[in-house]
Amino acid sequence: MERTEAELIAAVLKGDAASFEPLIEKYSPRVFATARRYARRESEVEDIAQEVWLKAYQKLKSFRGEAPFEHWLMRLAVRTCYDFLRSHQRNRESAFSDLSEPEDDWLERFIHQPGTVREDSDAARQLVQRVLQHLSPPARLVITLLEIEDRSVKEISKLTGWSVPLVKVRAFRARAEMRKILAKIAKDKYL
Amino acid sequence: MSRMKLDLEKKLISVARANPPSDRVPLAFEKRIMAVILGKPAQDLWAAWAKALWYAAAPCVAVMLLFSGWALVESHKNNQTSTIDLAQQLDNTLLAAVDQSNDQAR
Repeated sequence: MERTEAELIAAVLKGDAASFEPLIEKYSPRVFATARRYARRESEVEDIAQEVWLKAYQKLKSFRGEAPFEHWLMRLAVRTCYDFLRSHQRNRESAFSDLSEPEDDWLERFIHQPGTVREDSDAARQLVQRVLQHLSPPARLVITLLEIEDRSVKEISKLTGWSVPLVKVRAFRARAEMRKILAKIAKDKYL
Repeated sequence: MSRMKLDLEKKLISVARANPPSDRVPLAFEKRIMAVILGKPAQDLWAAWAKALWYAAAPCVAVMLLFSGWALVESHKNNQTSTIDLAQQLDNTLLAAVDQSNDQAR
């Protein structure tokens, strides 16, 4: 008979480390999907996922069982991703002059025939990644959670540990930062 | 221009929404994590080699510091001896005339 999550967690807390494995198997897809929003290279994604699970194991005692395990784990995952962004912020690219040819074409077509550009093209995806990479860590986190994942301010507050007013302030600044980056693209390419 | 920026922002957000990241998990990922948790790291020769090199680095630095210190002390000692010698020689030279006149007086 399959054990419930609560039983598995209780077993781990009693010292049966092997009971942690089914939890890793069940929730790793979510952890990996979250990590891939913030890291590009697969090696970095794996490092983040590993860190999330090791932290989860070490901090399992702090899980009180009031909220689902998944929510607790996602909070850990988002905070680990934020730490990753902060430690890699020096790698943020500084110029848009190195846009690839397909990205350039996509932008060009967007300017002249916005209705014809495809949202599922590689160029569009790369351009999104490029814009996100230019954002500061808090701005990237807020834009991803608020605009891309469509989460509420309250949810973001719970996930990040920031207060609701702080999330709002950071969201406001993040949008301004994003517009500044888009203005830079527009200036570089079309003025 | 600002209209275009806004449109581009909306478009890029909708591109990001339309392309959620993959949730693929590498093969045997949970086994690797369990190996780390249980303190049995998965066999990785390169990692073992790198670890051995790191372990060797500290004794090598210690030996290097020891020899550097020894060399410094030795050179300092030699310098001291040679200064004494030099001082002695200077003394002898300066006092040579006095010594000779003392000898002659006797």
